[in-house]
Amino acid sequence: MIKKYEIIINMLKLLDAIVELYRKAATSLPSDIEAALKYSYVIEKEETNAKAALSVILENIKIARSTGRPLCQDTGIPVFYIKAPIGYDQLELKKVIFKATRVATNKIPLRANAVDVLTDRNSCDNTGIGFPIMYFEEIKGNKLTIDLMLKGAGCENSGQLYRLPFEELKAERDLEGVRKCALDAIYKAQGKGCPPYIIGVGIGGAKDQVTRLAKEQLLRNLKETNKYIVLSELEKRLLKDINQLGVGPLGLGGKTTAIGVKIGVNHRHPASYFVDVSVCCWANRRARLTWETKS
Amino acid sequence: MGNKKLKVESSKFMVQRTKTIKLPLTKADVLKLNVGDMVLINGLIVTGRDKLHKFLFNERPSKKQLPINLKGIILYHCGPIIKKAPDGYKVVAAGPTTSMRVEIYEHRIISEYGLGGVMGKGGMGNQTLNTLKENGCVYLHTIGGGAVYLADRVKKVVGVWKLEEFGSTEAMWIFEVKDFPAIVTMDAHGRSLHEKIEKKSYHELKRLIA
Repeated sequence: MIKKYEIIINMLKLLDAIVELYRKAATSLPSDIEAALKYSYVIEKEETNAKAALSVILENIKIARSTGRPLCQDTGIPVFYIKAPIGYDQLELKKVIFKATRVATNKIPLRANAVDVLTDRNSCDNTGIGFPIMYFEEIKGNKLTIDLMLKGAGCENSGQLYRLPFEELKAERDLEGVRKCALDAIYKAQGKGCPPYIIGVGIGGAKDQVTRLAKEQLLRNLKETNKYIVLSELEKRLLKDINQLGVGPLGLGGKTTAIGVKIGVNHRHPASYFVDVSVCCWANRRARLTWETKS
Repeated sequence: MGNKKLKVESSKFMVQRTKTIKLPLTKADVLKLNVGDMVLINGLIVTGRDKLHKFLFNERPSKKQLPINLKGIILYHCGPIIKKAPDGYKVVAAGPTTSMRVEIYEHRIISEYGLGGVMGKGGMGNQTLNTLKENGCVYLHTIGGGAVYLADRVKKVVGVWKLEEFGSTEAMWIFEVKDFPAIVTMDAHGRSLHEKIEKKSYHELKRLIA
């Protein structure tokens, strides 16, 4: 039996760890993303808007890390992907995340982004109905894994949902149709969501499922290869195609419109074929916390 | 080592094709700005996003009711992170927000208050482009996500308006900026870099999905 105070101490430690998770996500970028941005800087032509924009982006990343300030003033909607051991108290964890969110908002600080739809009032602490977003999954073992994504609104607003077949693009119910949708979404996004983008695509038979699946793809490391060969090939083809659109860094023209495309699939209903395209700005802020729990 | 190299590169932004501008802008100053110009802004700018635009558009406060004369200055589409310190407000992060959201309001705000420029990211539409031409105003594109880099170019928070009513993100902050970088992407001569890039990407899209 674990004594009650031990549980409380553990939860307080976890609270601190989640505040630090927020700090890490808001103030620094994962190394794969930063490396891809550095590469884009190198390949863009001298004396172009693209090169100038990327130089500021890279310097911004450095200043944010060294001064511990958020990379972007829009610290987004926090999205938590939680893998908790069987029997772990998820209700308690929810409470801790709410508390940690309030502390982090004040301490780092984050921008308060939770607005009540009915009163139009900002809660001022980044908590509210369904805010932050939390997804739970049960797993075996005694490790708690928490992935946090801070998703900015400019890029969130640039996402698109398609129902195939889609006449306007002559997109049929196949991977070629999916490719057309993803290209169309990025054409429509132009520079509004802060490219170079990372693009998540979700394919399946239910609207709610594909939108979540598409966003989940944004958690994947850029260097990771898709376990399905056809999807891995489509990801590479799409990245190449999207970079021919010429939208460029921040939409100011150039070679780098995207630095990664990731695709996920679910089984679908015979009559349904949904494709969701989730767009992420260059500041793909994600961080992971793993926590040993007592069984 | 890496640090040094990047510093040199980014200071490039400061020297190549760069014009230094001082606010407020006169009509003659505005007409001298062309699409593609990189500028370093100096002087007073104000922030404003969704709520402020809606308010100015619908309530139409008189110039006297505003805390500052907007004539010739820049309205920056930005919802900053601000920290209150004992010696005043500190700007933590202050990058641009997507300008297109205020497209339906901007034309009247430019003409009514005589703005010299609007600044944000992602560009704006035809209605704004026409208004820029009619009123002698420019659209400036700054660096999306460059929030700390840009915050460091704010030398002082001069004041704030509608803080209680709109909250910190949506309030009108008055900033004194020094060498704040931006690119002219829509000018007073009717030219838009965004329109040009969109057209080009449309042709590429058609080719790629053919």
